[in-house]
Amino acid sequence: MEQKALSDYLMLLGDNPTILGQRLGELCGHGPELETDIAMTNISLDLFGQVRNYFQYAAEVMGNGATEDSVAMLRLEHEYKNALLVEQPNRDFAYVICRQFLFDVYHQLLLKELMSSKNERISAIAHKSIKEVDYHVDFSSTWMKRLGDGTDESNKRLSEAMGFLWRYSMELFEPTETETLIAEMSVGPDLGELKPVYLEKVKEVLNESNIELPEKTTFQYGGKTGRHTEYMGYILAEFQYMQRAYPNMQW
Amino acid sequence: MQIADPEIEDILRSVSDPEIPVLSIMDMGIVRKVDQDGGQYIISITPTYSGCPAMDTIGDDIKAAFKAQDLSAVIKLILSPAWTTDWITPRGRTALEKYGIAAPLEATADKDALVGKPHMIKCTNCGSMNTKMVSRFGSTACKALFQCEDCHEPFDYFKCLK
Repeated sequence: MEQKALSDYLMLLGDNPTILGQRLGELCGHGPELETDIAMTNISLDLFGQVRNYFQYAAEVMGNGATEDSVAMLRLEHEYKNALLVEQPNRDFAYVICRQFLFDVYHQLLLKELMSSKNERISAIAHKSIKEVDYHVDFSSTWMKRLGDGTDESNKRLSEAMGFLWRYSMELFEPTETETLIAEMSVGPDLGELKPVYLEKVKEVLNESNIELPEKTTFQYGGKTGRHTEYMGYILAEFQYMQRAYPNMQW
Repeated sequence: MQIADPEIEDILRSVSDPEIPVLSIMDMGIVRKVDQDGGQYIISITPTYSGCPAMDTIGDDIKAAFKAQDLSAVIKLILSPAWTTDWITPRGRTALEKYGIAAPLEATADKDALVGKPHMIKCTNCGSMNTKMVSRFGSTACKALFQCEDCHEPFDYFKCLK
């Protein structure tokens, strides 16, 4: 039972950075300027590095011949437990930055908690990852301010992006059965406690960005229990292509 | 880190980071422990960044270097404690500078440099302090991109990681 909760949790931890990393990877060669192009792919690389640590561990816990590749590449759409936020498309640079910012702030809070996880291996992964994610938060917060406090056009675009993406933010803090179980085992945090800290941090940056949160929001949930938006299938079609076309291929 | 057997130390010193060939993995501070189990050496290494694509190659290179001496090694990847740029040796820092990569500053100064405060990083080409950051992210995860305003040479800066 505990093993099942652990492997489910490891996949849950890995799925957000996997799908966000894939989205960022789409921008390789398409960033609006050199700095952002390199930044998006560097962040993607950090995320995939962290994912490997989670999935290697998940594969060990699962046994039965599971590998990091089978965990990452060979599940069906409803078996991925990433939040809806990270699968949203790269509509324009404001969407990319806004999505990144909303995830980074959560990611940093989560890792800070996981550093004191009772599970030593998860704690070690969190200690390693937080150094990278601190840098991501710096990057996306700076760009939030640059776009929000930039021209009328950049402010307008960022406001639109926030107006669209905010509805996906609260799912991050809605615990699944696995997350509740894992919190009882002191392996992961009580997500409810992170939510007020998150809201405060987000609002702090938004104030400096001259961006307001939408007045009324109907929050969307589902990704963490495997019910995804229409975009997910297309992401997986590209992401899994190689392993599906050439089963068991290795680099 | 100290290795009791000079022969083993020499072998490990001969292996370099494929992305920074002048820097031995010993001076990079990524070799954390050497154990022996019967005839086999267990080399514990730690990644600089989680997604560092050089880690698999470094592991293979270590095994090949041992094999060339008729020895056998296995690689153990450890994450804790997490790597920091403090583990780069003085010899490593000199090698970096010679190669054209500015060595990491202290954490606080690094933050200033990376939020765009000018004149903190010395040009590796002409030594001028009149430099500016071009990009917080560089050619690899561990570097940022700078340019000298005097000689106009672009160069990499190895980001401080604590």
